[in-house]
Amino acid sequence: MASRIEILNDGGFRSDGRKQYELRDISIDLSSQSSADGSASVSHGLTQVVVSVFGPREAKMRRETIHDRANINVEVNVAPFSAGERRRRGRGDKRILEFASTIKSTFEPVIQTTLYPRSQIDIYVQILQQDGGVLQACINATTLALASAGIPLLDFVCAVTGGVHSTSPLLDLTTLEENDIPHVTVAVMPRTGKVTLVTMETRLHVDRFEDIFRVACEAGKVIHKEMRAAVKERTGALVAAMGAAPRVAGAGAEAGERDVVMDERIDDY
Amino acid sequence: MVTFTSFPPPQTSASHGRVKHHPDVEDDVAMDLDYEELSGSGSRLTCPGDYITSSQAFMRGHGTYVENEEVIASVAGTVERVNKLVTVRAIRTRYNPEVGDLVVGRITEVQPKRWKVDANSRQDAVLMLSSVNLPGGIQRRKLESDELQMRTFFEEGDLLVAEVQAFFSDGAMSLHTRSLKYGKLRNGQIVTVPPILVRRLKSHFISLPCGVDLILGLNGYIWVSKHVKENDQEGEEGFDAEAVYSNQNDDIDYATRVAISRVTNIIRVLAAHFVPLTDTILLEAYEWVVDQELGTKEILLDETGELFVAALTGGRE
Repeated sequence: MASRIEILNDGGFRSDGRKQYELRDISIDLSSQSSADGSASVSHGLTQVVVSVFGPREAKMRRETIHDRANINVEVNVAPFSAGERRRRGRGDKRILEFASTIKSTFEPVIQTTLYPRSQIDIYVQILQQDGGVLQACINATTLALASAGIPLLDFVCAVTGGVHSTSPLLDLTTLEENDIPHVTVAVMPRTGKVTLVTMETRLHVDRFEDIFRVACEAGKVIHKEMRAAVKERTGALVAAMGAAPRVAGAGAEAGERDVVMDERIDDY
Repeated sequence: MVTFTSFPPPQTSASHGRVKHHPDVEDDVAMDLDYEELSGSGSRLTCPGDYITSSQAFMRGHGTYVENEEVIASVAGTVERVNKLVTVRAIRTRYNPEVGDLVVGRITEVQPKRWKVDANSRQDAVLMLSSVNLPGGIQRRKLESDELQMRTFFEEGDLLVAEVQAFFSDGAMSLHTRSLKYGKLRNGQIVTVPPILVRRLKSHFISLPCGVDLILGLNGYIWVSKHVKENDQEGEEGFDAEAVYSNQNDDIDYATRVAISRVTNIIRVLAAHFVPLTDTILLEAYEWVVDQELGTKEILLDETGELFVAALTGGRE
C-alpha cells in the first residue's frame, strides 16, 4: 500500500493538510462579465467555475416556451485544460448533459419561474479548473450568478461534497480523495434546511449515509454565510455607487429623494 | 516523483477589506455589523431568503414572498415601503416596463400584422402594424398592401424608439410609434447600460452642445446620434415617410463621429462604475473629458475611468 495516498493520517490530517471537517478556501467574484445579466466566478480551492446568467428573456426556440412559467436552460462547458489530463468533450457528451440536467433540476424548485411566463433563463456554466467538488462549485456559482442577475430565488442553494473514510466523514473532497472514497454531493437551502439535491456516483454504506448527510447540511450553512456576505457586499457597493452620484436638479433627483422617504425602517413599526 | 505547487488563488476585489474570523466569534461580529447597518441612515439591503417582516402587519410586494406568515426577500436589493406594502427593488435586473415609458428597441422578427422588438425586457415587445405611422396621413386605414410591405417600414435588425402603450395578459408589452418623435433610428450608435441607471426624466431626448443627440431609453438602451435640427426632424408637411423609414445614414462629418464615440465611451465608463445617467452628468462628463484632452480611446482605460468618476461624483459631496 506504499503507493496509495493516505486519506486521513493518524494525526487526523488529510493529504492537503486539512482536518476532517475543514472546507477549502472559497473565493467569490461577482463583478459583471461582458453582456451577461448576472455572473459569478467561484473557486473552492483549486476547483474554479464561472457561471453567466442571461434572462429572463425571449426564448430563442419557440417550442421551448412554457405558457405559465419560465424555461430554465443550462449549458455546461468543460475547458479541455481543466483536468490533469487534457481532454476535449463535445457538446453532446452524455456525462455533461447529465451534469447540466442535475443543475437544472436543483434550481427548478428554487427559482420563482411562475413570475416570468413564456420566458427563458439561460445559465452557462464554464468549468475552468477541476479538483474535486465540481458539482458543488457549479451549484454555488449558479446561485450567486442568479442572485446578481436579480432573478427571484426562494433562498440560496449551497452545495457541499461529503465523503467517508472507513467510518470518519470528510468534507469538501479533492480529486485525490474523490477517486478513493465514496462521496455524496448535497445542496441545501439554509433558511428552511430543505435539501434540493443529493447525488452520488459511488456506493456508500447505508449506515454511514446519515452522518455524512448531516455534516454536509451543516457545512452548507457555513458556505451560505460566505455567499451571503459576498452578495451583500456587492449590493452595498452598487447602491453606494448609485448614491454617490451627484444629485442634480431634475426628475431624477426627485425620484432619488422619494426613495429615501420610502426606505424608512420597517423595524420601527 | 513530480511535485506540483499550485498558484495561490488571486485576491479578488470582493474579498478585499473583509476580515475573516473564527466560526465561533463570526456570529457575534456579523451581529454587530447588522446592528450598525440597521441604525445607519442608508437603505436596508437584502439577499434572497432574508426575513424582512411579519406578513400579518405588512403586504408583500415585488421581490418578496410569504412563507409561514413571514415576508421574505427573493432578490438582492434595497427594501422599500409604501404604507403597508413592502417591496424589494433588485439592484440589477431586466427592464420592468410601465405604460408611457420611452424605450429603444431592435426588431427581431416580422410577423403577420406585428413586429417583435427586443427591448431588454423579459419577453420581446410587440409593435402592431396599427400602432405605427404610415405614409399618407396619420388617420388612415391599414390596408392589406401595408401588411405585405411591412418590411419596407421596419426590417429585422432595425432600431427604433417607441413608447410603451399597453400590456398583454402574459405581461408582454405593446409599443407604439404614433408620434413624430418616435420611429426608426439612424445616424448613430447604441450603448447598453443596466436599466436601473436610467431614471425617469422630464425629457429622454437630450441634445448635447457638442452636436450629439441622445435618447435615453428606460430599458437601458441608449441611442447616441448626430444632432438633427428640430424642423428637419418633422419634415415639410409634418410627416415625411421617406425620411422616417429611410435606411440611409446622412453624411456625418469627422468631428461629429468623434463626438459620438466620445459620448458613447463616457456612457460606458459611467455604467461600469454604476453611476445613474442624467443630462447634467453627461454634459459635465463631456466637458471634463474635453478639458483633460483625453483621446476617445483613453476614456475607456481603467485609471482614467476611475479618475473621471471620482471627479464627477467627488466634487459635489
